[in-house]
Amino acid sequence: MMGLDLEPFLLSFKLAGLTTLILFIFAMPVAWWLSQTRCRCKPFVEAVVSLPIVLPPSVLGFYILFAFSYNSPVGAFFEDVFGIKLVFSFSGLVVASCLYSFPFMVQPLQGGFTSLNKNMLEASYVAGKSKMQTLLYVALPNIKPALLSALIITFAHTVGEFGVVLMVGGSIPGETKVASVAIYEMVEIMDYSQAHIYSALMLLLSFLVLLAVYSFNIKHNKRIGLG
Amino acid sequence: MMIKIDISKKLHGVSQDMSLDVKLEIKEGEFLAISGQSGSGKTTLLRILAGLEDAQGEIVVSKKVYLDAHNSLATQARGIGFVFQDYALFANMSVEQNLLFVKKDTNLAEHLLHLTGLSTLAKRLPHSLSGGQKQRVALCRAFMSRPKLLLMDEPLSALDPKMRSQLQEDILKLHKEFSTTTLMVSHDPSEIYKLASRMVVLEDGKIINDETPKEILLQTQGSQKFSLRGELLEIKKADIIHVAVVAIGQQIVEVVLDAKEAKQFQVGQIVQVSTKAFAPSLY
Repeated sequence: MMGLDLEPFLLSFKLAGLTTLILFIFAMPVAWWLSQTRCRCKPFVEAVVSLPIVLPPSVLGFYILFAFSYNSPVGAFFEDVFGIKLVFSFSGLVVASCLYSFPFMVQPLQGGFTSLNKNMLEASYVAGKSKMQTLLYVALPNIKPALLSALIITFAHTVGEFGVVLMVGGSIPGETKVASVAIYEMVEIMDYSQAHIYSALMLLLSFLVLLAVYSFNIKHNKRIGLG
Repeated sequence: MMIKIDISKKLHGVSQDMSLDVKLEIKEGEFLAISGQSGSGKTTLLRILAGLEDAQGEIVVSKKVYLDAHNSLATQARGIGFVFQDYALFANMSVEQNLLFVKKDTNLAEHLLHLTGLSTLAKRLPHSLSGGQKQRVALCRAFMSRPKLLLMDEPLSALDPKMRSQLQEDILKLHKEFSTTTLMVSHDPSEIYKLASRMVVLEDGKIINDETPKEILLQTQGSQKFSLRGELLEIKKADIIHVAVVAIGQQIVEVVLDAKEAKQFQVGQIVQVSTKAFAPSLY
């Protein structure tokens, strides 16, 4: 285990943590809106939201790279106004990850909100509560398993991403060289023993995360009488 | 206080499109039962009054305009009570919290729970309650805002008959104490008779009957002492006579038939059981 560099792991988790937090705030209103709206534009919005699931990460990465470069208005705006360089930087990775993992936060939340008893939400409106109060005090507490799924899947999906990260971030140690990219490089230079250790660690962590989610769901369902 | 309703709305029914046109004036403290076949617009009418669905026309509740040509008051601002058929309790909150979420009035919550015999269940979560207990909680919750208008959409139809009659007592108790003007959708004649002071019958979105429950529900004709509809379940042969078993509401009755009569009827048929003198007969 000598000389095992844990930095790529820390970077992966830092990236995943930030992405999950940001998406939780931005994806929730979208999921709530999608679950409640009768707007005709809903399929259009749903299709756009779900694009990252079907698009090859290299395609998404290519477009993001293009948009982040100083030659594009987006890249120029971020660099001129905030002084943030988005290409080959950690900040750029965070923004790219948010785009890439967006559907993984929206879909479980939307599913949870849609499955709620509509009368329960209406009972809250009748009681004089606003949409925001209803979302926070009635809707969210009643979709805990979906909420947990959304958080964990987004986190895990960001830890596991490779294509987009490589395209947008490259492999700068301590800045954009996350675990998945590090493993790829080890295999490339045929350092299989390190690659084994890294891969085994990733496997174990992923398994533990999923185990925790499913155990919680069973317990929660028992508690509210569904189990 | 007076409630004036004059609304219309296009509805897309199961078989055909129809228009809901309801014009009603309801006096303060009145208990109005709304009856009619499914799809006649009963639930939609309640939802329009609650502001959960839009409509054209006018709704004025004690000089407060809920709906007119220019405005529709938001559900949140109407200050009504609504009891849903499926209880619709907040699953994440205890019985007590369900009430206090409407209004932070601990005294009123305690009083309501005491009145309906729920005090010992105050800390329980809804999923651990029986159907009857859940609907009691929903009823209490609806009174927390001291509503001017209480709307109930078939509140007891999911409960068994015994539970139903207990809940009817509770509804009556609360209605007396708060003298809330109440509109209740119901199919159960005994429930309507027990609770309501007035009854309207809807058919295809129009009011076809508007009288006291007694005038609408009493169905005997001519010299009949009683006349009841029921389903013929079985015809048994006993020595030289036949006995017909008929289900009427929640009860089973036996009626004696002779051999000739027994041949006229078929099991599963809907029959009228009536009597003019003392011998009940089927026809």
